[in-house]
Amino acid sequence: MRHLLLMAAGALACCVPPAASAAKFLGPDPYPSTYKPLPSEPVLLRNATVLTGTGQRLDNADVLMRDGRIEAVGPGLQAPADARVVDATGKWVTPGVIDVHSHLGVYPSPGVRAHSDGNEMTSPVTANVWAEHSVWPQDPGFAAALAAGVTTLQILPGSANLVGGRGVTLRNVPATTYQAMKFPDAPWGLKMACGENPKRVYGGKGTAPSTRMGNVAGYRAAFIEAADYLAKHGKKEEQPRRRWGRSGEDKGNGNGGKRDLKLETLAGAIAGDIRVHIHCYRADEINTMIDLSKEFGFQIAAFHHGVEAYKVADRLAQEGICAALWADWWGFKMEAFDGIQENIALVDRQPNGCAIVHSDSEEGIQRLNQEAAKVIAAARRAGIEIPPERAIAWLTANPARALGIADRTGTLEPGKLADVVVWNGSPFSSYALAEQVYIDGARVYDRHDPARQPVPDFMLGQTVAPQGGVR
Amino acid sequence: MRTFRNRLSALARAGLLAAGLGCAAGAAAQDLLIRNATVHTAGPQGTLRGADVLVQGGVIRAVGPGLAAPAGVPVVEAQGKPLTPALFGGISGIGLEEVSGEAPTVDMAVSLKDQPVRPEFDVTLAYNPASVLVPVARMEGIGFTLLAADAGGAFVAGQGGVVRLDGSADPVGPRMLFVRLGAGASDLSGKSRAAQWMLLDQLVAEARGKVPADSPHALLTPAGRAVLARYLAGQGRIMVKVDRAADIRQLLRWAQREQVRIAIAGGAEAWQLASELARARVPVFVDPLANLPANFDQIGATARNAALLHAAGVEVGFTQGGDASHNARKVRQLAGNAVAHGLPWEAALAGLTRVPAQAAGVDDRLGTIAPGRTADLVLWTGDPLDVINTAEQVWLGGRAMPMRSRQTELRDRYLRRGEGGLPPAYIR
Repeated sequence: MRHLLLMAAGALACCVPPAASAAKFLGPDPYPSTYKPLPSEPVLLRNATVLTGTGQRLDNADVLMRDGRIEAVGPGLQAPADARVVDATGKWVTPGVIDVHSHLGVYPSPGVRAHSDGNEMTSPVTANVWAEHSVWPQDPGFAAALAAGVTTLQILPGSANLVGGRGVTLRNVPATTYQAMKFPDAPWGLKMACGENPKRVYGGKGTAPSTRMGNVAGYRAAFIEAADYLAKHGKKEEQPRRRWGRSGEDKGNGNGGKRDLKLETLAGAIAGDIRVHIHCYRADEINTMIDLSKEFGFQIAAFHHGVEAYKVADRLAQEGICAALWADWWGFKMEAFDGIQENIALVDRQPNGCAIVHSDSEEGIQRLNQEAAKVIAAARRAGIEIPPERAIAWLTANPARALGIADRTGTLEPGKLADVVVWNGSPFSSYALAEQVYIDGARVYDRHDPARQPVPDFMLGQTVAPQGGVR
Repeated sequence: MRTFRNRLSALARAGLLAAGLGCAAGAAAQDLLIRNATVHTAGPQGTLRGADVLVQGGVIRAVGPGLAAPAGVPVVEAQGKPLTPALFGGISGIGLEEVSGEAPTVDMAVSLKDQPVRPEFDVTLAYNPASVLVPVARMEGIGFTLLAADAGGAFVAGQGGVVRLDGSADPVGPRMLFVRLGAGASDLSGKSRAAQWMLLDQLVAEARGKVPADSPHALLTPAGRAVLARYLAGQGRIMVKVDRAADIRQLLRWAQREQVRIAIAGGAEAWQLASELARARVPVFVDPLANLPANFDQIGATARNAALLHAAGVEVGFTQGGDASHNARKVRQLAGNAVAHGLPWEAALAGLTRVPAQAAGVDDRLGTIAPGRTADLVLWTGDPLDVINTAEQVWLGGRAMPMRSRQTELRDRYLRRGEGGLPPAYIR
């Protein structure tokens, strides 16, 4: 009751989100990245149509990669003596594809019960679980996504819970451990979910939440605890600015200062160390969640699925929140009934709009470029023309922004990581195929070189399988 | 910003919509000359460039260059754009499910506790031509779909059939019987796929009168016996959802032994038995996007499935594993991806038109552009198998269909948001 009263007062306070803090609330990662780029050589991609991801299209242009970085992009680059030159005439070159919403590894193929590790459906708030601890690196879906140009992806817990847990951002390289895929120094994501799923899962068990109002009460209760935890454990500058956020010094959580994994993650989200990704379909709920973020002083990185994002595209843009969306999924449940094919285009056309095409699917992740093509086509029919150099950002620069890695990848600019895809033509086509994929400058996939086509352990010795693994 | 309504009027000005939006009654609305199209007939004539298509009374009368427009027949200038038969929307539940997660809106499967095996179950009786899914699919060039019975209480799921998405209430052509085999139906066959053959043998024996009707072991009702007997007599095709090569091998043996006509849906590992399927003339409806070992029945899944089957002489159609009803429009993406992985373009178009029409026994009316066929046609902005293009105009029975759906209504409302200073609910 005390909290409720204080929150009511807090809701009247100013609504400025806390400034992003360079200092970290979270300590060092106890499960650190061991990722090492695969061996690479200098490569010059010559005479391609280059979409940089920054909004530029360069015809008959070259891309030079060296030491895992983009060294230069432009026409007529000089080929260094030690560079392998790839004739990319007629090809299109883009930044590596990034998917902000994947369950590869946590719901892998084959979809057996033993590998169903994506939803800790035992409590509506499981901020203590980390998706990375469920990832099966041998999921054949990773190799299939790589063959489709996906170089980086965020693996999220499922949407059964109000707070599902931490997501992890991976480099899409074949590895024996997930830590060897873990994107160095990428922030974690916090997966939250609105709407039908949590209330169905827990309401069906006769426990809270069973309604949308129960959902919101659940988020608020969790963040009240987290704010207390942050007040007690965080450095002063990361503590929430709300007066309600500070309880008596001696009260804390009644746990004597012991570390609490659930509250640590939620406090990390308030402090800005962990980026908040919310599964939320309906426009009204998106709006509610934005208000929730202000009540507790955290920033939302992206709303995921958001089939009604087009109804609140203006507010999303004002708040600097991305919307990670499908091109055409709709109707499979009530909260998806108002889906339209121009959703991504309507989010994108707002000034400061941040539209992302995401998959949530082991099939869709292999065709994020085609999903974007469908949006371009539907938008054109509605009188909205979107050039390829703009649309490519939906699957490169914008997801990099949402994941907090835009300073390193997502665009073809000198100094950025050499995450590059060579396509057989325009990527915005049913016929588009990734021919070469580079991660940190290493040729990790080549459609014309079987020696550069990873075969997952699972596919070995399967006599019924097509030669060469997943094709 | 051009709104949709502006676009419509632009098309009308260009003469493209000379036949109106399908609201006019009478024969005149079903007469039409489409001039100078790239006509992909999906039939023996292949592709005809610069060709015309004459429609009278809702039926294609002539196909060829330089056709004369009879007096009063409106002319559409296609300007060389592709014209195809209206596409097959896959094996779906359009009009049988409105919101997949809301059970009262879904009618695709029957689960009866007593006597669960009901081949007489017919999902077409639940078909709702007013479903919002119908215009959503239709405006994307989908003209017909095969309504499927899903396995609910039994792996012999029941019957379905073809519906045209022109608003008509009744199915066309014969019914088809749907059967599901493999791990997906294991729970319906005592936890073993082996029991699916045991039970099928028993059902066949009952339908052929080899089991007394009052036997305590009888699985079928009298109506069920009669229906199954019809399929066993070769009247109507049995569509079997099956993926594993070993199960397909058993299926081919069974079909030969019982002399029934089958087709396969899914068929993830069908490419492994491509020549056997070709010899047995079994059409296979594949999902070219299903390239992962999604389960232990699909270890051999490959994006080249369609190409390998076609190369062996199998007739290939398309169906999808995801939300096949709401996203029926995705079928042409499936076909385009099959082309990207080696299927010839003409074969891919056939998989969206002629092949499903033949398999469902409606090819006398649907699936090709030829004199005598129903004038179910689509004019495209470009290559219809490439998702970067869209349907420009759909005609069903020679009538121009409204290129609108609930989704375009929502779109246009929010594109015009703010007009009149009132909430969006006032914008129509």
